[in-house]
Amino acid sequence: MTRPIAPVLRLEEAFRSGLPVVTCEIATGDGADPDEVLRRVRLVSDHVDAVNVPDNTAGIVHMAAWAAAALLAREGVDPIMHVTCRDRNRMALQSDLLGAAALGVRNILCLTGDHMVHGDHPGAKPVFDLDSLQLVSLATVLRHGRYLSGREIRPAPALFPGATENPFAPPYDFRPLRLQKKVEAGARFIQTQITFNVKRFAAFMERVRDLGLDRTVPILAGVAPVRSARSARYMRERVPGMEVPDAIVRRMEQAGSERARREDEGIRVCVEIIEQLREVRGLAGFHLLPIHWEEAVAEIASRARLTPARASLSAHVEATARDAGSADARRDDREGALLNRHREHRA
Amino acid sequence: MSISVPAPVRGFFRRHPRLTRALELAVRPFEAASKKVVFGCKMCGQCILHETGMTCPMGCPKTLRNGPCGGVRMDGRCEVIPGMMCVWVKAERRSRWLPWGGAILKVQPALDWSGAGSSAWINVLADRQGKEAS
Repeated sequence: MTRPIAPVLRLEEAFRSGLPVVTCEIATGDGADPDEVLRRVRLVSDHVDAVNVPDNTAGIVHMAAWAAAALLAREGVDPIMHVTCRDRNRMALQSDLLGAAALGVRNILCLTGDHMVHGDHPGAKPVFDLDSLQLVSLATVLRHGRYLSGREIRPAPALFPGATENPFAPPYDFRPLRLQKKVEAGARFIQTQITFNVKRFAAFMERVRDLGLDRTVPILAGVAPVRSARSARYMRERVPGMEVPDAIVRRMEQAGSERARREDEGIRVCVEIIEQLREVRGLAGFHLLPIHWEEAVAEIASRARLTPARASLSAHVEATARDAGSADARRDDREGALLNRHREHRA
Repeated sequence: MSISVPAPVRGFFRRHPRLTRALELAVRPFEAASKKVVFGCKMCGQCILHETGMTCPMGCPKTLRNGPCGGVRMDGRCEVIPGMMCVWVKAERRSRWLPWGGAILKVQPALDWSGAGSSAWINVLADRQGKEAS
């Protein structure tokens, strides 16, 4: 890895542009094959600004998130590495974050982690040395050039820590306040749990706006396509913290069992939810969670007209350059000027 | 609300480490027993009960000290132990009744595990934590 390829636009810059941002989570391979990770990321990379790489999601062992994230970084895709508190204590977490930064992985999503009782190693020892909020603090401390012990780090890792919030799990009134705590601890971006109940999400965002959090930190609404009535029911009944309204389960049931038809309905529901969420003020974009169905992302992006910030930005730049008839030499200047303009818009 | 102990008290305990040690030995069984019965105390040594709605966060299977995880069931029960109400659902509800309930919003630092098992009461009075406590 002698030549790390810089992505077109880093996630942090995408947020700074003030343009709608799109991110997507992929499944990492269930083995040691790098091509499997790359196959999945290539299905989504044209449609997003950054790609999330999960960390033993649902408590089921997969390839290490830092390794999969490094594969993405080498491919020119800006990765968002999930880091959970379930499997590592504060020492392992710090060394993993430094190692990831050294491999070109800057964006980290700080999570508590699904408990192992639901996974494939229920007998494993739960670590939970830190909680997700303390992990955000830890990343912030590292970013500012110190270990948690206070010892100096040279050079400090250029981390961009993010956090999550689940508006669909009780205690509902506390969720916006917990988000506020995470922002106080140093979270620089937020991705939410999958939205199926738009009404509850809108109520959550109203409170978030009251607290002024939407102006402090970019918030991406989580959305996902459901593939079948069976998976909708599974999510409703078996995945704690997930709220799937009966109306959606019914729609999927009505779509029947023929694959093309039910999959089309699933994508249609997802696109409708995106349209409804566009009416909710204070969102910086969308976070897609296709759940092992990366093939659906291109279709969702085209039907919902989701454009990643970097694509919108280069379209702008090309248009301006064409109008002025200028050469590529001034392109960088223009891009910088445009970024600044968007930044002012946002402020 | 964080408990503040007057400087002379802290100073007294600091100047008399052996007395502090003896006092801790006497207090610890009483503290452990009483807090265990009432709050299900796990003797983490850094008690924040009063800041979490008088609900011990160490009862959470993930020992979360800053709020609930994203896996709380729709009925408010724990994702790991379905028969148990989420510790943080209780903490949030109870904190509303406390005059200092806003303390639940305080960002709690990582627990110092080297102080686990020591008396949190004495630790507060002596203004110490971690391995100096155990």
